[in-house]
This record gives sequence, C-alpha cells and structure tokens, in this order.
Amino acid sequence: MTLPLLEAHDLQLNFGSIRALDHVSMALWPGEVLAIVGESGSGKTTLLKVLSGSESPDHGQVLYRDPELALHDVHAMAAPRLRALHRSDWGFVQQNPRDALRMGVSAGGNVGERLMAQGARHYGSIRSSALDWLREVEIDPQRIDDLPRTFSGGMLQRLQIARTLATHPRLVFMDEPTGGLDVSVQARLLDLIRSLVSRLGLAVILVTHDIAVARLLAGRILVMRRGQVVETGLTDQVLDDPQHPYTQLLVSSVLQA
Amino acid sequence: MNGYNFAYLDEPTKRMIRRAILKAVAIPGHQVPFGAREMPLPYGWGTGGIQVTAAILGADDVLKVIDQGADDTTNAVSIRRFFSRVAGVETTTRTRDASVIQTRHRIPETPLRDDQILVYQVPLPEPLAKLEPSRAETKQMHALADYGLMHVKLYEDIARFGHVTISYDYPVMVNDRYLMSPSPIPAFDTLKMNRMPALQLFGAGREKRIYAVPPYTTVRPLDFDDHPFALIRAPHACTLCGATNSYLDEVVTDDRGGRMFICSDTDYCADRRGDAASEGDAA
Repeated sequence: MTLPLLEAHDLQLNFGSIRALDHVSMALWPGEVLAIVGESGSGKTTLLKVLSGSESPDHGQVLYRDPELALHDVHAMAAPRLRALHRSDWGFVQQNPRDALRMGVSAGGNVGERLMAQGARHYGSIRSSALDWLREVEIDPQRIDDLPRTFSGGMLQRLQIARTLATHPRLVFMDEPTGGLDVSVQARLLDLIRSLVSRLGLAVILVTHDIAVARLLAGRILVMRRGQVVETGLTDQVLDDPQHPYTQLLVSSVLQA
Repeated sequence: MNGYNFAYLDEPTKRMIRRAILKAVAIPGHQVPFGAREMPLPYGWGTGGIQVTAAILGADDVLKVIDQGADDTTNAVSIRRFFSRVAGVETTTRTRDASVIQTRHRIPETPLRDDQILVYQVPLPEPLAKLEPSRAETKQMHALADYGLMHVKLYEDIARFGHVTISYDYPVMVNDRYLMSPSPIPAFDTLKMNRMPALQLFGAGREKRIYAVPPYTTVRPLDFDDHPFALIRAPHACTLCGATNSYLDEVVTDDRGGRMFICSDTDYCADRRGDAASEGDAA
C-alpha cells in the first residue's frame, strides 16, 4: 500500500476574527491530482499557502514524505531545507506567470534557473534541457533566447510550467493556472497539463474556482466554504451527485455551454 | 594640536571599524555593516578604503596608494598625502616596500607577501545588487547560499554573446561559501585573489560595508564547466617595458590613430625598466 505524499492534520488559521482555515485535514497520494474548489474567500489559496509552507497555521501540521519515505513537518523545517525542497521536489505554478518568471531574462534562462539553483554548472546541458522543456510545452525552441515580455499570455503560462517542471518535481502546487486566459487558450493549456501530469506521474494540488477545470484535471476534489472542507471525494462522484447543499449550489450555478 | 588624533579618525571609531574587520575576517566574503563616518573627500573617491586604512595603520607602517594601478593619479596622490599629513607615516610607491597598500580598481602585479595588507576601495559591495534590487532578499540569498541567480546572469551572457561579458568586478565565490564582489578590479586580476598570502580588506563607505578575504583563502570566479573562466588581456606587450604578462592600459597618443599599450601598474613597469622613474613621485 502506498503512503500519502502530503498530509495535513487539523489545520486552523485565523485572520483576526475571520476563520480562514477551520479544522482542515487532507491527504495527497503520489501521482494524484487533487482539486480544491470553492468561491472567492473560501480559504482555497490560504490552504495552498499553508500546505506549501509559505504561511504558518495557528494549529495543526503539514507532513511531507520524501522519496526515502521519511516524514518532514513542513512548518518545523529549517528555512534552507524548505527552500531546497521548493526548488527541487516541489514546484509552484502561479496564477499570474509574471509573478514567477523573470521578465528581463530569456526563456532559456528562466527554464534553466531552477537547474542552476540546484547546482547545474554545465552550460550545454542546461541549454539542451531548456530546449527539451520548451518543446514539451509547445513553445517554438527557436524562441529560447527571446525575452518573456515578447510572449503571449498563454505562452507565458506554458513557460512557467516548463520552468517549474525542469527539475522533475514530485509535487506541484497550482494556483488557478488557467485564470485570466481566454477559453481556447485555456483548453489547450489544460490539455497540456493533463498529458504532462499523467506522463510524468506528478502529484498536483490544484486550486481553482472553475468546476470545469477540476473535472478535466482532477481525480479527487475538495470543496471549501468559509475555511471548512464541506465535501470531498472522487471528482465525478462529487460533481455528478453532490451531497452538501453548498456543493449542489456550486455545481448547479455552472453555465451549460 | 587640539582635536588631533593619529590617522584622522577618533579612537572609538577605529575600534568600531576594527571590530567589523575582525568579524569580516572570521566570515570570509560576508559583508559586515559598520558606521561609516563622513570623510574629508567625496563618496566614490575611496571613503571606505580610507576608513579601513586609518583603522589598521600603525606608526611603523609604510603606505602605498594606487588608483587604476598608478601611483601618480589624483586619487592616489591625495590619499597618500592625506595619510602622510594626518598620521605622519612613511609612504612609498614601491609595492615591495609597502606594508599597507590601498587600491582602487587594481591588484599590483608584484606578488604580495603575508606581511602585507591590501585595502580595496569598493563602490558597490553587493554582487547581486544589479540582479535583485531588494537588500532584504539578497541578504536571505547570502544566508541560504542561494546563488542560482548569478549563474542565470552568466547563462544569459553566453546565450547572447557566446561568452561571459563581465570584464571587471567579476563575481567570485570566497571559501566556497559567500558570493563576493571583488570591487571593480579587471577580471584579469581575479585569479590573483585566490590563496593570496596577504590579507585583503574591502571597505565601502557610502554603502557602509566591510568585508575581507583572509590570507590563503580560496577565491574562485563563477563559471560553467564547459565555459571556464578566461582571462581577458589586450594582446600586446607593454611599449615601455615589454612585459607580456601584465594588465595594459591603452593610451591614445595623437589624433591620427596613434596609440600605445603600457602597464597599468606603474611601479611594476618602472621596476622592469630599471627603477629610474619609480622615484619620480615624491610623496
């Protein structure tokens, strides 16, 4: 039996009188895509920040199991180790690629940065790996020396994904990866993410307010409302037969195209 | 002589600077903040270097000051005169005779000994400043030895121009731990810092930082395995002394394209020519 990659136990976090996280527990298994859905202000992004260690909970703990099966408390970890984890085993895809990319550095440099941060010191191999990843995310390899500011929104997001995956992470956090893109570009990006995830066996925690994105990518879903997990289960099961009144409302409010 | 103190600075200030120097020597390459004082010359003229020199100077020391390798340029002459007036120390232009050498933008060609101290004037102590504007962030990067960003800069250079284009202030790793700015010395001089017998002190007055490389410490320029660090040197011999291994200045001699290349280290050049010109400058 495989053990969970990431576990959260009884997370609580208050911002003043606002309960951002209210007794949240979850587990993520290797190779699994878990979607966190809910409306704005439901605590999705806060949960993602706490799980990835960039925000500390008032109570509860997040445990990460490394490839040697040793458990690490993410919030008790020393800063250098957490940073090392973030640039090797973990990846983070932001909603706005401009927050993650270095806009003044070429596409190749952006993809290579994580490799160099990990200690890669061979220019030729960094460059060939950058070329491979650009091809992987369907960016013309000829544009390797172009600056990201000459790229379209969809290309920027694909570049961010290439940059994140260059170190072969096991776990990727994604915060609304398709937000702000038009529908056709969204569809293409989702297709790309889906094929990469299944081929590379990535575990993904995906935050989205878009039920369609969750249905397309996620195996399991976690519905949040006011800092609480109101329903969790297999994506199709939850979306086709929602039990909690809030989930029912959420599912029924999606426009049918 | 009311208000006079040896070497201009008052004793508590010197003590504060010495404490910063000790800390800097203990952590090679780490930038130690210090309370830089107003000095009787403008920022950018070597206020950091002067304060370090003032703090370490003793009555028996022999001081040499160079600016771009030369002993006879304005900056070098005025700093040398300053110390001969406020400290009464002996000054020299000969590298071999000096016990303290304050320098701007060069390392002397003559190898230094372990009884000498080299003091650098530093304009921008933070090697990551051009890449990451936030002081708080660069501090954290130093703390975590997170220097991937500097390699991104080198990568960009090679991708765009085929080679690393940094020709001065070439970033170095000190003691395999801290990334350090060697001050704006030419990349040509970078390798001289490695395992140098002399103590190297760096003072940045405006930025209020002191750092150091203790004797015999490894100083390694950053590079890639397949693009190793390469020395840049004008492919000429010195017109005056014929040296083929020294760092050269290009001097335009007329308005018809005439030029010559001469050693930037004036003492080294004079020495090779047989001493005569070395005595030219009276301190």
